[in-house]
Amino acid sequence: MTDSAEQIMHEPRRPQELPDDRGHFGVFGGRFVSETLMTALEELEQAWRKSREDRDFQAELDRDLAHFVGRPSPLYLAERLTAHAGGAQIVFKREDLNHTGAHKINNTVGQALLARAMGKKRVIAETGAGQHGVASATVAARLGMNCVVYMGADDIKRQAINVFRMKLLGAEVVSVESGSRTLKDALNEAMRDWVTNVDDTFYILGTVAGPHPYPALVRDFNAVVGREARVQCRDEYGKLPDALVACVGGGSNAIGLFYPFIEDREVAMYGVEAAGRGLYGIEHAASLCAGRVGVLHGSRTYLLDDDAGQIRETHSISAGLDYPGVGPEHAWLKDCGRAEYVGVTDEQALEAFHLCTRLEGIMPALESAHAVAWGLKLAAGMRRQCRWISCINWWNRVPICWNLASRFPM
Amino acid sequence: MESGADLLELGIPFSDVMADGPVIQKACQRALERGTSLDDVFEMVSRFRQRDAETPIILMGYMNPLERRGIEAFSSQAAVAGVDGLLIVDCPADEAVETTRAFDADGLYQIFLIAPTTSDSRLERMVPLAGGFIYYVTLKGVTGSAALDASTLGPAVRRIHARSELPVAVGFGISTPEQAAQAASAADAVVIGSALVDRLHGCRDLSEALDTVREYIGGIRQALDRLAGESTAAAS
Repeated sequence: MTDSAEQIMHEPRRPQELPDDRGHFGVFGGRFVSETLMTALEELEQAWRKSREDRDFQAELDRDLAHFVGRPSPLYLAERLTAHAGGAQIVFKREDLNHTGAHKINNTVGQALLARAMGKKRVIAETGAGQHGVASATVAARLGMNCVVYMGADDIKRQAINVFRMKLLGAEVVSVESGSRTLKDALNEAMRDWVTNVDDTFYILGTVAGPHPYPALVRDFNAVVGREARVQCRDEYGKLPDALVACVGGGSNAIGLFYPFIEDREVAMYGVEAAGRGLYGIEHAASLCAGRVGVLHGSRTYLLDDDAGQIRETHSISAGLDYPGVGPEHAWLKDCGRAEYVGVTDEQALEAFHLCTRLEGIMPALESAHAVAWGLKLAAGMRRQCRWISCINWWNRVPICWNLASRFPM
Repeated sequence: MESGADLLELGIPFSDVMADGPVIQKACQRALERGTSLDDVFEMVSRFRQRDAETPIILMGYMNPLERRGIEAFSSQAAVAGVDGLLIVDCPADEAVETTRAFDADGLYQIFLIAPTTSDSRLERMVPLAGGFIYYVTLKGVTGSAALDASTLGPAVRRIHARSELPVAVGFGISTPEQAAQAASAADAVVIGSALVDRLHGCRDLSEALDTVREYIGGIRQALDRLAGESTAAAS
């Protein structure tokens, strides 16, 4: 094992940890769920806290991340994109090279080990674009657990390939017909399943939203991205990056990248939300840029609602960002000024997707393309000695790809 | 009320009713499609209060519409309309500091759910905050799901009575007069929710709806009255 790998595995814990004991990040977070779920969440919290101190658990997780997921993922200097932007160096953390093609697997591998430690035989998950559903079905197959994935009826139509992958992996995909028939409704339905089958079922939540301990638990499993990036950047460039840029829907990849850098004040952080057809209308999914504080899916956070407090339907070209809430830790990072949140439109994301594909030979997921779009502007305004890192997932949306094909010069 | 309900529970529609089953989900969706607002709900209570000053009224809803109105504004408006208590499904006792403070100031009760999974230590922490009555959820699941398992009810209600003076109402999974009677033999009140909403949804007009309620709640009332005890029926 190299020194760097050693450092990644055994970096000491940060002294000032959030959330507090009751799951609050300042005024955000908490546990706004029906009493019927409280005991299950308390049990999950205990199992998670225990696993953090359990050396055997952590060793098994590290082995899985290395040999099943394929970590560490490379840190890649995007030279032609850098030259195109004409400023700071653009560096990608290549989460697209993970097993199943996204950062989502970091979390599902961890939660599956927790599920096994808690003696649960059945796992459930919600999914929007299908990445988290595939990542959940994958770990369930490997551990021989039954897996049910809730997916909005509209998303099922949009993401046929991922539905097929989940079924191949042995998961049952349940079409959710209620509400806006997208990610938020899939999450509601997964919660309902969990409250009904709580004795034998583990809910693998896919993002850093939801009731405590999920925001912290999912963050912890994704923070391997930022821990690696921190060490790799020092090794390769002799210093920390000047900025981090990551897309934010629920915010799991962003928090995974940001978290290990939170106390490195010299590292700027930008979360990029889906501005859809523009932030001035309502056809976007930018809860931090354009929302207000409320309670959704078990935590207090920024969200998009109308004046009566009804949750609004959102729009984004990327299903993974098409969510009306956001993880409470992002809400806290925004309010305390540690991170800045910005919006990128559908058009800008598509343009960045195209540039990245043509200049680097890397097809980013449309979610990640939002980060690339903002990063290109950022790089142009930064000195050449600077660099920023973004987390890149894989583009695997064949059906959308064909639908959009007419929009790209071939 | 004429048919024998002792307490009225009125839902505030919300777009994302995470703890409710399909019947209440659809009812919320219908209400929202027709533009039912929080003010409409208060208005309904006010109108009811002009005819009936006695029957307790509980509002049932979720946090976000309350937060948008502002907890204190919501609380005082509810009190003015004539509401007696609030059941906020996604506000467990752990998160209820702000709401109980506001409701106390306006003389409103916050009603809390207790589940079969609620531990004794949680129960003890919740009891001091609870007002009005304690709502015991008879089964694991969402509203309107599987049927009641009466055998577990007696010990569960005794566990709560041992720690609280408040009456215990049981709900979730009660739809027939027999189930209501079984539940009432263990508890102080029974709550009928989804089963009533489901029957109302099938009605073509107001008079059919009223007939349906009279017949259905009347049947429940009779079953409860056959029990010697002092049971009450609550309907939403």
